[in-house]
Amino acid sequence: MTSTPEAIHLRNVVFGYNPRVPILCVDDFVVPSGKRIFLYGPSGSGKTTLLGLITGILEPQRGSCAVLGVEMTTLSASVRDRHRGAEMGYIFQSFNLIPYLTVRQNVALPCHVHKRRRKHIVAPTVDEEVERLVRRLGLETHLDHGVKQLSTGQQQRVAIARAVIGRPSLVIADEPTSALDTDRRHAFMELLFEVCDEAGATLVFVSHDRSLMEHFDEQVALSDVTRVCA
Amino acid sequence: MTTLQLAWQSLRSRKFTSGLTIFSIGLSVMLLVGVDRIRQGAQVGFEGTLSQTDLVVGARGGSLPLLLYAVFHIGTANNEISWDTYQHFAHHPAVLWTIPLAMGDSHRGFRVVATDDNFYQHYRYRGDHSLQMAQGSRAEGIFDAVLGSAVASQLHYHLGQKIVLSHGLEASFIRHTADPYTVVGILARTATPVDRAIYITLRGDEAMHYGWQNGAPPLQPVPESQISPADLQIKTISAFLLRTRSRIGTLFLQREINTYKPEPLTAIIPAFTLEDLWKVLSAADVALSLVSGAVLVVGLLVMLTALYTSLNERRREIAVLRTIGLNARQIFTLFILESALISAVGAAFGLAAAYFVLLVARIPVENNYGIPLAMVGLSARTAVYLGCVVAAGALLGFIPAMRAYRNALVDGLNAG
Repeated sequence: MTSTPEAIHLRNVVFGYNPRVPILCVDDFVVPSGKRIFLYGPSGSGKTTLLGLITGILEPQRGSCAVLGVEMTTLSASVRDRHRGAEMGYIFQSFNLIPYLTVRQNVALPCHVHKRRRKHIVAPTVDEEVERLVRRLGLETHLDHGVKQLSTGQQQRVAIARAVIGRPSLVIADEPTSALDTDRRHAFMELLFEVCDEAGATLVFVSHDRSLMEHFDEQVALSDVTRVCA
Repeated sequence: MTTLQLAWQSLRSRKFTSGLTIFSIGLSVMLLVGVDRIRQGAQVGFEGTLSQTDLVVGARGGSLPLLLYAVFHIGTANNEISWDTYQHFAHHPAVLWTIPLAMGDSHRGFRVVATDDNFYQHYRYRGDHSLQMAQGSRAEGIFDAVLGSAVASQLHYHLGQKIVLSHGLEASFIRHTADPYTVVGILARTATPVDRAIYITLRGDEAMHYGWQNGAPPLQPVPESQISPADLQIKTISAFLLRTRSRIGTLFLQREINTYKPEPLTAIIPAFTLEDLWKVLSAADVALSLVSGAVLVVGLLVMLTALYTSLNERRREIAVLRTIGLNARQIFTLFILESALISAVGAAFGLAAAYFVLLVARIPVENNYGIPLAMVGLSARTAVYLGCVVAAGALLGFIPAMRAYRNALVDGLNAG
């Protein structure tokens, strides 16, 4: 699926939480495969809604959402859920982890839920793959700790590991650095890029912090992608 | 990691509230199951006390009091049966055997039952169990006494011990000090009221009251050496147990005894009278079960509250699960599994606790109240109770599940 030239292609999309009141329109939005895209815009510019449409959590009233070669609008909700889990990694701003699982269990979770993620690991077993990734992110001493014991920065790194395990084709990061201080922010970005490259994943990075945009192949203002429907 | 494991881990992470919830459900299940098990345990215990006896015969009176004093040593006999009448029925052609019982004396709170060899030979409990001597032999001499196993163990008596019997059942001030009895045998444990009595011979009972007039002892106690068996005429007994030669004979004989002209008598079929007892007790059973049921509802509501209030904290967790591809149905399942797990663990805990209490309480209840409690397995009713608890728990899980599901739809990936 990584072979499709366009990782994401949204066309003539109209969406409203109330179907009769459209709030977001996307005429044409393309993310080429393998690129790192920086999406910036203030909060309230439809960022969350756009990501909801890309990941298939939300369903547009009209238009087409092709993500990784699959037309999301033709799929049932549970097939979209599976597509999302199998093909996409997602990193939130904070609280990315299931509080009652250990680092190891959190990272391994996508592989337990999806066969595709399990099949694409680099190491021979899921456990070894988890260890490899966690070591890569410098957290090997915390493998079997509860995630509540980790600092915010460490938690975000665990979130990277969980997002990229089993080499998903698309990684979406939704303001992942805003809970980190400036020094850690750049280290985080470097790690994220490295592991995304290793996984060969397209990266969509959403932030209002434009100081990060120089790292990216393409920078897109949210206001150019979406417009508030009349 | 399966949804079940996830649910389990999630509950474990909230050990305190999960534990409290499990405890409250467990406690209410314990009550519910306990009431039911004790009822059935008592039922089996009572029914097991006497078997192969077709009729219990006493002086004219209520059938339940007769059964209770003659077999379970609860309450007292109001009247007696004359020895002649007893002889008449003991030699009746329809009768296979009889066991005469004369009561009215006691020793340190344990009843003294005067009987004869037929008791050791024919008494049966729990189907076909007969009485066995643990030590010594049957009481044959006038001043011989045989102890039930509970009497021997509680009073630490041994063979050859001299004991003094009291007149009447409560700690009486009239003691038959003149006539010390000797322990010649100890019965093996039966786990029935048989264990809680002292057995002497019918002649021994007469000897105790030798020279008495109108229920008062003679002014000068009669020394043991002056009593000879020939002087002892057995005049009355309290009741007797009887087995007929054929089942059909039982009903005819019962009618014959109940209409016996020379003396007013009551003959009862023990199983039928026990049925009456259960009918009396079933109202209490229903009341207790209702109370336990109400406690159970409270326990389940505690669980609902705990799960529901945790939902807000868990919005994030659910959003994360959604991003890794769990669909709404799986989130729903997670919550129902959690509540089902809580109630299943609670039910198991309650069941174990109920049996533990039964196991621990059995002997003291038997010893202090004379109520034989049998250990009984699971009944259909208990299984239904347990099934209902788990089903109700799972069903209640729908409420937080619905809310979480709705949250997940509204929140999208943006919860928190």
